[in-house]
Amino acid sequence: MGNVALEEGVDAVIPAATFHRVQESDEFQELRKRHRSFVFPVAIAFLLWYFAYVLLAGYAHDFMSIKVFGSVNVGLLLGLAQIVSTFAITTWYVSYAGRRLDPIAAAIRHEIEGPLAAATKTSAKKESK
Amino acid sequence: MNIHLAAAAAATSPGNPVLNISIFGAFVAITLIIVLRASRNNKTAADYYAAGRSFTGGQNGTAIAGDYLSAASFLGIVGAIAITGYDGFMYSIGFLVAWLVALLLVAELLRNTGKYTMADVLSFRLKQRPVRIAAAITTLVVCFFYLLAQMAGAGGLVSLLLGINDKVGQSVVITIVGALMIVYVLIGGMKGTTWVQIIKAVLLIAGAAVMTVWTLALHGFNLSSLLDHAVETAGNPEILNPGLKYGLSNITQLDFISLALALVLGTAALPHVLMRFYTVPTAKEARRSVVWAIWLIGGFYIFTLVLGYGAAALIGADRILASPGGVNSAAPLLAFELGGPVLLGLISAVAFATILAVVAGLTITAAASFAHDIYASVFKKGQARPEDEVKVARRTVVIIGIVAIIGGIGANGQNVAFLVALAFAVAASANLPTILYSLFWKKFSTQGAVWSMYGGLASAIFLIALSPVVSGSPTSMIPGANFAVFPLSNPGLISIPLAFVLGWLGTVLDKVPRDTAKQVEMEVRSLTGVGAEKEAVNH
Repeated sequence: MGNVALEEGVDAVIPAATFHRVQESDEFQELRKRHRSFVFPVAIAFLLWYFAYVLLAGYAHDFMSIKVFGSVNVGLLLGLAQIVSTFAITTWYVSYAGRRLDPIAAAIRHEIEGPLAAATKTSAKKESK
Repeated sequence: MNIHLAAAAAATSPGNPVLNISIFGAFVAITLIIVLRASRNNKTAADYYAAGRSFTGGQNGTAIAGDYLSAASFLGIVGAIAITGYDGFMYSIGFLVAWLVALLLVAELLRNTGKYTMADVLSFRLKQRPVRIAAAITTLVVCFFYLLAQMAGAGGLVSLLLGINDKVGQSVVITIVGALMIVYVLIGGMKGTTWVQIIKAVLLIAGAAVMTVWTLALHGFNLSSLLDHAVETAGNPEILNPGLKYGLSNITQLDFISLALALVLGTAALPHVLMRFYTVPTAKEARRSVVWAIWLIGGFYIFTLVLGYGAAALIGADRILASPGGVNSAAPLLAFELGGPVLLGLISAVAFATILAVVAGLTITAAASFAHDIYASVFKKGQARPEDEVKVARRTVVIIGIVAIIGGIGANGQNVAFLVALAFAVAASANLPTILYSLFWKKFSTQGAVWSMYGGLASAIFLIALSPVVSGSPTSMIPGANFAVFPLSNPGLISIPLAFVLGWLGTVLDKVPRDTAKQVEMEVRSLTGVGAEKEAVNH
């Protein structure tokens, strides 16, 4: 059984062979490598950092209660650091994706969709009815 | 939420239900006009479910923040920090860090491979029927628990706004809330719902910002002196340190870890959050949405830290707990302390608008899942006409609205945090393993998906039913009974790993050959956005 969601409109005209060819291409393998070599290590790193923080807050009460300046303690600073690191990773990923992922993804997209532009127009008309 | 909030209002904000009704009425009037205007060209299924994929990343990100910052979490987190100090702050951090899972691993890939619902993605390369049915069931269950919490919260909050204290009056209020929500979603579809969420997010964040600056100004813009003031009022320096709530025993410490796990893994698996990624034209806009959402939500949670300690300092845990509204009244009481009845009215109306918007978002997600996944794909085997599908979706909205009203009346006065935490834990257990496996694991199979989804769903609900939240303690839902054989109040620590293991086990034991063509297609589509980007041009 095929996929209901995507078998309408332009999508139906892309043959399976095309996907195979693209998937085996160096370009796509490079895109896949770049994507995974960023998101996996970063995801593991921030989850470790988050759970390190959770374990400290759960079990290292004395350490978290050390006052750093005024009444602001280690726990509060580490909590705020979690928020700051979330912002930082977000910004880092956006910049990485914009530079290293989007150009290749766009090139592959155009390569697949380019020859189909004419066919697309007619099928798009059909779909809008 | 609490049935006694109204009395709190009567006690702390003498005689302003008229003001509150006017503020709330103005919100309803303005949003209804916007919904009507937005819905003029709701024709196709893509219009109804995905707002014609016409929103920008910034708009959608604001709407996501509107969807995510529910009143339960606004009132709940401020109250939790005011009473339990540092341990309450943990909610803010878990809820925010969770967005990195969505940003890095889920949002764009999901945007590229699906069309309207989570089940689109999960069933892409697996057997349609079983996977779609399972995904639709988990979607409906998660939405249902989230809905119950919001509706019950609406009862308490509107009672506070309007000074209605008896159960019958509150039931009428819940019915009106439900009816209003049905109207928004029926007329507006995803587009109208999105606009309601955008307006609400702006109001909520602005309101919290004003209160934050005000609170800080009263303490010379010095966080440390605010904290000192909180310690002084509380008479307990431990309010600044972790452990006030979760440091009591080994069990509460484990419970803390379990909650942290459910929070960080739940967000990227919440169906109503996932569905929002389809309202933008491209994966890049989906990414931009998440970035906007992260900044807005992160900023808001920093505000909650100040507001929580502000309430602890200016009002004090004793007065908050003594007020009939209990822990949930911290934010409204702080608003009254700062700006009198006008600010209380504004903040309460914003909190109420919050519930309305979240309820609308949940309803359209549940309706879309039923119409698209069950009706069109399973009953009609993919042969349903889009017009019929939208018709079914609209009818489902009415049915879900009625169910939510009845459930909300039944759940009125019950522990909202319990229902929301259940929704997060169920989402993380039932959905996340299958989402990640199907996006990243080539061998993943239909049997793995079905085992993981049903196993995660059943174990999460089963463990909660046997937990102290349901029975065995004075604060339980059924205080009289005791069948709490499972000691943790959050099931995540067991049910989430179990669902991951079941997905793996089901896959390695599955001898059915995989659909490699579909797997290859999904991989190419998810990373490049082939086809999915054209979608935007066509409409």
